[in-house]
Amino acid sequence: MSDFSLPNPEPAARPRQIDFDRILNTFAAWTLAILWALPLLYAIWTAFHPAAYEANFELFAPLTLENFAKAWTAAPFAQYFLNTIVLVTIILIAQFVLCTLAAYAFARFEFPGSDILFTLVLLQLLVMPDILIVENYKTIRNLGLVDTIVAIGLPYMASGFGIFLLRQTFKTIPRELDEAARVEGAGPLLVLWKVYVPLAIPTYLAYGLVSVSHHWNNFLWPLIITNSVETRPVTVGLSVFAAVDGGVEWSVINAATLMTSGPLLIAFLLFQRQFVQSFMRAGIK
Amino acid sequence: MTRRMQWIYAWLLLTPAMVMLFAFTHFPAITTIVNSFFSTPRGRRPARFVGLRNYEELIADPTFWKVLVNNLWYATATIPASIGISLLMAIWVNDKLKGRSLVRMSFFAPTVLPLIAVANIWLFFYTPGFGLIDQIRMGIFGLPENSWLGQQETVLICMMVVTIWKEAGFFMIFYLAALQAIPPSYKEAADIEGASRWVFFWKITWPLLMPTTLFVSINAIINSFRLVDHIFTMTGGGPDNASSLLLFYIYEVAFKFWQTSYAATLTVVMLAILSIIAIGQFFFMDRRVHYR
Repeated sequence: MSDFSLPNPEPAARPRQIDFDRILNTFAAWTLAILWALPLLYAIWTAFHPAAYEANFELFAPLTLENFAKAWTAAPFAQYFLNTIVLVTIILIAQFVLCTLAAYAFARFEFPGSDILFTLVLLQLLVMPDILIVENYKTIRNLGLVDTIVAIGLPYMASGFGIFLLRQTFKTIPRELDEAARVEGAGPLLVLWKVYVPLAIPTYLAYGLVSVSHHWNNFLWPLIITNSVETRPVTVGLSVFAAVDGGVEWSVINAATLMTSGPLLIAFLLFQRQFVQSFMRAGIK
Repeated sequence: MTRRMQWIYAWLLLTPAMVMLFAFTHFPAITTIVNSFFSTPRGRRPARFVGLRNYEELIADPTFWKVLVNNLWYATATIPASIGISLLMAIWVNDKLKGRSLVRMSFFAPTVLPLIAVANIWLFFYTPGFGLIDQIRMGIFGLPENSWLGQQETVLICMMVVTIWKEAGFFMIFYLAALQAIPPSYKEAADIEGASRWVFFWKITWPLLMPTTLFVSINAIINSFRLVDHIFTMTGGGPDNASSLLLFYIYEVAFKFWQTSYAATLTVVMLAILSIIAIGQFFFMDRRVHYR
């Protein structure tokens, strides 16, 4: 690592005390890390072993994929996955389009009412659609869209968070680039497409990761607005599956649980650094 | 481009997003308040104006008070705990620690899981007699089995543990970003002065982290009212509403009992709480955070 390039801040006079401090910290950090990993490791253990080993930890217990097979056939998870993938894709595309246009207006245009409208956008960071379930359900019912995948996404498409994030990014782009393109005769939409969007790609990536993981995991609103296999996302499908009383073994439920979170978890393991940086970038600005 | 053209362009760009935003956030927030003064329409009977009757019902409703107190306890316990733990995590992960990336992975992984999946995992830990916690208690200490989620005294604490486990890693990220923004020269200067780690933390790090702490706190407060998924799987709000939170109760009233007007009244309480947070944030921001 970069040990050599960093100045060593510890005074050389008291090495023993410092070492003790370091050991204690490392020990404590590791203890917490193991404690934190236990629930997940445990779920993985039960999911990959026969039911007999649910609480019986033998290092060489036989591994099996049977729990996954059972879960996969016991409920229409393939359909649930498809629904979730369609859902997060629709939301992501809609968010990108709507938020880009709005953020561009806030970042680079002067018009009456911009302050009030921007305040209204920021208000959504506090009053999220998640808590307005009763009225939003009525709206969706009046639109005749109950039990459709689009209905799950509709309340989240115009995201105050997305508009805010993209506006901040667009504001950092030098105006000279913008003006140069205009001199060449490009209209505002072409400038947006040719200058702003390409330069904001890291922000789109960060926002995309946050959005996908958020809507992959969302539960309450999809639970309310869907009531058939054809529309349910995996989270709701999982709760329906696990709620069937008796009969279903723990190991199978745990396998289903891991399955539903699997794609995100694997993506996280592969792109750990990007994930962490995206969340940082999305939160800090 | 003329000024007039600019205006028109800006408004056209904004229209799609603003229409959606109004349709699913601002408009429903207003109709929530309006509907809280009307009765629930049933069959052929349309809603009629009932003044403050829904609010009278609210004040007389013991379940509402129980759920509200639950939610306040839930918030007061989970917020400082997850903030404290996340700060500790961030400081450790920021350090030159052996196996740092493994440790960081372990802290952050719960954040990626759906809350509903997290609830399934933890449900098994709490299962009486059979669950892991009872297996350890019974096997090693010879204690009788205990229904952790079946008792009023323990159920809410069990839910809090789950929330802290899920959230701490998420907040750690923000602290980590803030820690990395502190110039190393501060630490060097403190070392020359002979300041201990402890003094350095309280005099330098903690004040510099104040904006992050505020940001994380606001997030944590909102989440403590917004996220109720785990209740569905783990307890269904029971026993006797001991683990129910405000949004879960709103869901029950609206979609189990179909008393939509009363649910609107409950939502007004939620909106009021969020407004108080917003106002608090506004004042707090001014006083404490502008350190430099």
